[in-house]
Amino acid sequence: MCRDCGCSLGPAAARAPFAAQPATKGHIESIEVITAILDANDRIAAHNRTHFDGHGVLAVNLMSSPGSGKTSLLEATIRALQGELRLAVIEGDLATENDAARIRACGVPAVQITTGNACHLDAQMVHDALQDLPLDGLDVLFVENVGNLVCPASFDLGVHRNLTLLSVPEGDDKPAKYPVMFRGADLALITKVDLLPHIEEFSVERARDSLRQVGFRGDIIELTRRGGPGFEAWLGWLRGEVTARRAAAA
Amino acid sequence: MHELAVCQALIEQVERVARDNAARRILSITVSVGPLSGIEAKLLEHAYPLAAAGTVAEEARLVVVTVPVRVRCRSCRAETEAASNRLLCGSCNDWHVDVIAGEEMLLQRVEIETADEPVH
Ligand SMILES: Nc1nc2c(ncn2[C@@H]2O[C@H](COP(=O)(O)OP(=O)(O)OP(=O)(O)O)[C@@H](O)[C@H]2O)c(=O)[nH]1
Ligand SMILES: [Mg+2]
Ligand SMILES: [Zn+2]
Ligand SMILES: [Zn+2]
Ligand SMILES: [Zn+2]
Repeated sequence: MCRDCGCSLGPAAARAPFAAQPATKGHIESIEVITAILDANDRIAAHNRTHFDGHGVLAVNLMSSPGSGKTSLLEATIRALQGELRLAVIEGDLATENDAARIRACGVPAVQITTGNACHLDAQMVHDALQDLPLDGLDVLFVENVGNLVCPASFDLGVHRNLTLLSVPEGDDKPAKYPVMFRGADLALITKVDLLPHIEEFSVERARDSLRQVGFRGDIIELTRRGGPGFEAWLGWLRGEVTARRAAAA
Repeated sequence: MHELAVCQALIEQVERVARDNAARRILSITVSVGPLSGIEAKLLEHAYPLAAAGTVAEEARLVVVTVPVRVRCRSCRAETEAASNRLLCGSCNDWHVDVIAGEEMLLQRVEIETADEPVH
């Protein structure tokens, strides 16, 4: 049972085997169903949302390919907002506690989910992780998804905002190659722009065009974790979202 | 390979249909998948036998219907097919379009065998 809300969503239940019967002649029926295949995940995601809303917490999911700078951005954000906003992080990785340790070293609570073979987080994993986090008194809960530009796009976690990072060394054609991930984002961050002078092939204009062509309609912020106007714009976006969430909760 | 996780979710739904309808075997499962769902039909077909093994759907045939991406233009109202990474109007090239098909990932139909002729 869920400690936070008393719901019956415990850790994922083991599936009862349902063995096929031996073939004999029977009656054949064709049954129309029409349900979303990930309906169960979607329902847990909606439930996660009630946890966040019940505590007035803004929940933000960060997605990108491995190494685009998700954890670095979180570290820099935590330092910049110290004493202003209370943050916590759920870290998703295939293996290791490295990223959660990096976040804790910045003085912020972090729960590490190690997914083993799963290349994405799902709503149940996030719900499990919520049990180990003090949601009371939090302003923002970040979820750092597994580094992967494909799989996480299909699984709703129940967060309020989805962010996709595209780092300069990856190349400006990534939205065209991974359209589903970028299309579903609410905000796109072009990261590591301090490397632009060294990587002439990367055109910010082409990256922006590519994002438009895959149907991305949100804001695009160019930044480096080292600070500057782009980083300030990111903090401004985050503050605006927190304010909007508080207004919605009040 | 999130297609395995998708197949497992699919099998759980199919098991529920089987239970509700007192099926003893599943003959076929029909799903429809659009490219904007993030699922590859090929990978789904590869992952399916792994997820179905040992379940009531073990011997069932998986039928994947792929749905092309279609957009409706806000400028010229045309409805055209589009590539997932070029969501533009096929008629006037405008990018002010709404996606009207291609995002689905649906279980459509389950064909089952029950033990006896139903009583009328
Ligand atoms: N030049 C430059 N390097 C950066 C920047 N941000 C991150 N990096 C470097 O990029 C590498 C990966 O950064 P991480 O923050 O670990 O990336 P991540 O997305 O969390 O990686 P995974 O969790 O493994 O997917 C590290 O070596 C960082 O130092 C940046 O703004 N500029
Ligand atoms: Mg990381
Ligand atoms: Zn709960
Ligand atoms: Zn995957
Ligand atoms: Zn048009």
